[in-house]
Amino acid sequence: MAVEGQTHLREIIEEWEERAAGREERDALFETVSGRPIKPLYTPENLEGFDYVEQLGVPGAYPYTRGVQDNMYRGRLWTMRQFSGFGSAEDTNARYKYLLDHGQTGLSVAFDLPTIMGRDSDHPRSEGEVGKCGVAISSLADMEVLFDGIPLDKVSTSMTINAPAGLLLAYYIAVGEKQNVDSAVLRGTIQNDILKEYIAQKTWIFPPAPSMRIITDIFAFCRDHVPKWNTISISGYHIREAGATAVQELAFTLADGFAYVEAGIEAGLDVDEFAPRLSLFFNAHLDFFEEIAKYRAARRIWARHMKEKYGAKNPRSWLMRFHTQTAGCSLTAQQPENNIVRTALEALAGVLGGTQSLHTNSMDETLALPTEKAVLIALRTQQVIAHESGVANTIDPLAVSYFVESLTDQMEEEAEEYFRKIDELGGVLKAIDAGFFQQEIADAAFAYQKKIERGKRVVVGVNKYEIPDEELTIEVLKIDPEVERIQMERLARVRSERSAADVEKALGGLRQAARDGTNVMPHFLACARAYATLGETLDVLREEFGEYKERPIF
Amino acid sequence: MAKKIRVLIAKPGLDGHDRGAKVVARALRDAGMEVIYTGLHQTPEAIVEAAIQEDVDVVGLSILSGAHMTMFPRVKALLAERGADHILVTGGGIIPEDDIEALGGEGIGQLFGPGTNTDEIVGYIEAAVS
Repeated sequence: MAVEGQTHLREIIEEWEERAAGREERDALFETVSGRPIKPLYTPENLEGFDYVEQLGVPGAYPYTRGVQDNMYRGRLWTMRQFSGFGSAEDTNARYKYLLDHGQTGLSVAFDLPTIMGRDSDHPRSEGEVGKCGVAISSLADMEVLFDGIPLDKVSTSMTINAPAGLLLAYYIAVGEKQNVDSAVLRGTIQNDILKEYIAQKTWIFPPAPSMRIITDIFAFCRDHVPKWNTISISGYHIREAGATAVQELAFTLADGFAYVEAGIEAGLDVDEFAPRLSLFFNAHLDFFEEIAKYRAARRIWARHMKEKYGAKNPRSWLMRFHTQTAGCSLTAQQPENNIVRTALEALAGVLGGTQSLHTNSMDETLALPTEKAVLIALRTQQVIAHESGVANTIDPLAVSYFVESLTDQMEEEAEEYFRKIDELGGVLKAIDAGFFQQEIADAAFAYQKKIERGKRVVVGVNKYEIPDEELTIEVLKIDPEVERIQMERLARVRSERSAADVEKALGGLRQAARDGTNVMPHFLACARAYATLGETLDVLREEFGEYKERPIF
Repeated sequence: MAKKIRVLIAKPGLDGHDRGAKVVARALRDAGMEVIYTGLHQTPEAIVEAAIQEDVDVVGLSILSGAHMTMFPRVKALLAERGADHILVTGGGIIPEDDIEALGGEGIGQLFGPGTNTDEIVGYIEAAVS
């Protein structure tokens, strides 16, 4: 019977192939946004040898392909978390309260570049950058204003901060202390993913070795004192934004993740003590099915490596939780309202891929930081998907689709191929030194750009359906130039009111820890409480650890 | 044989977004120009020093961090101080229309936003330098 069925299947597919070959196809690229060729039809033949239990299983159980929770969105919807921060701590605090009032369920802090690079607002290199692409935080005093009136035991907060992540976490803990909130109940995430900084985002301070040491210090400190905190958000987002393909994003991100796992194990930690607090962060680009397959493959790869390669025993170490942000690089400055539609499609892919939290970009982000109205539409997009589209009613509805499972399997195989290549280069740090990731990404970015410029890939409003002499019709956010002055004043006040002896003592303690290898986190906390500034604190580590320099390639 | 156009592509300030800078650098090189890329996190002083040392015709600044109103005029002024105001200062990034106009008024060349075809940048530089 089975054989007869298969014969019949082959027969009808052959007949279809013949008929389809006689039909002319449109002049278009039948490939994903990453350049992956796509067949016109997927059938059971593409899933030969497919084993449901082995490959998929059920949600909430190994290998977690279908999702990390038993009931997924029927239990709790994903966290709607809009990344936001601009200007002064006062401005951003007001935006947070606005978003919380409109149903957002978690905070996500965007810092300005001086903060990200560990410089005070009054440092000469900060000029022109203060409060521009995020909020300026130069000491605990700014952080107190940022979270004024926001109870830290009630919200969860994600902070996009990497090189200075431990210090910003210390500020957050110190704000909690002032609100009488114990660090044990704080919930949130620090991005803290320095490897992707060297690979793609390029906002580093220290060289790789001391950076990895600070990260494992954070793992150990949080295990003991901030157990509900996600100590790292291993990020593919920036790798993708820099131009990587979907499978490069998948492979490089997971390779980074495994490098942190190995660093933790080498630092003497038990894998099950820190792995449950690791989380990931992926991009949601426009190619709908490829993105969904990417998330599903990521969960399966993570589970298999954690269990089989790293010997994790706790199922919490096997399951890969992740945040998603829609692709900023897919948005266009031309006809910006169309970005609302792009973002909706991308967000839907994130949800069908089983994300734990989601940021939807605003339509105006190729022009400036988003206005309040644009952010509200972006948040509403998530709410429409959650409550109106019906997709949250059932779990992983695309499972066993011949197409989606083929893509998922293919991407897993290709990621494994990249892992082998990275191993051959001597691991992630060596591959960074060799410029491997950087070159792969630059090549992919250039290939993509060329396809658009030759008109092979259509971008609506950019190389097709343009509006000649289009006038910008949406409002654009301007950063108040007063920000720089407000920041300078607060910094001056902090410096004059604090105890110089306390600051010196705290900075001295940090220097000693940096030298003798004891955990730096308690010293970050001491510096925070003494109101040592961000720049002063990280200057100590600059002196001890040195600064990283990249060999520029293009 | 005509002298090749020499271009310095630079990332001033603290901004780490280098996708656009690298794509443009490669496109200019493919179009036959000599391209020098400074790498990230450069001060205006270091950029101007490199421009003079490398004897370039054009400096292209890539800024996506919002610091353009500080960085473009600074580079322009430093070039003038060094007697090198014949060097064209152009660039791109996330730069609002009003700011592009204001910078144009200060002698900054054309600035290119997201979605620009690199052929357009090549054409602009060739026309401006010749």
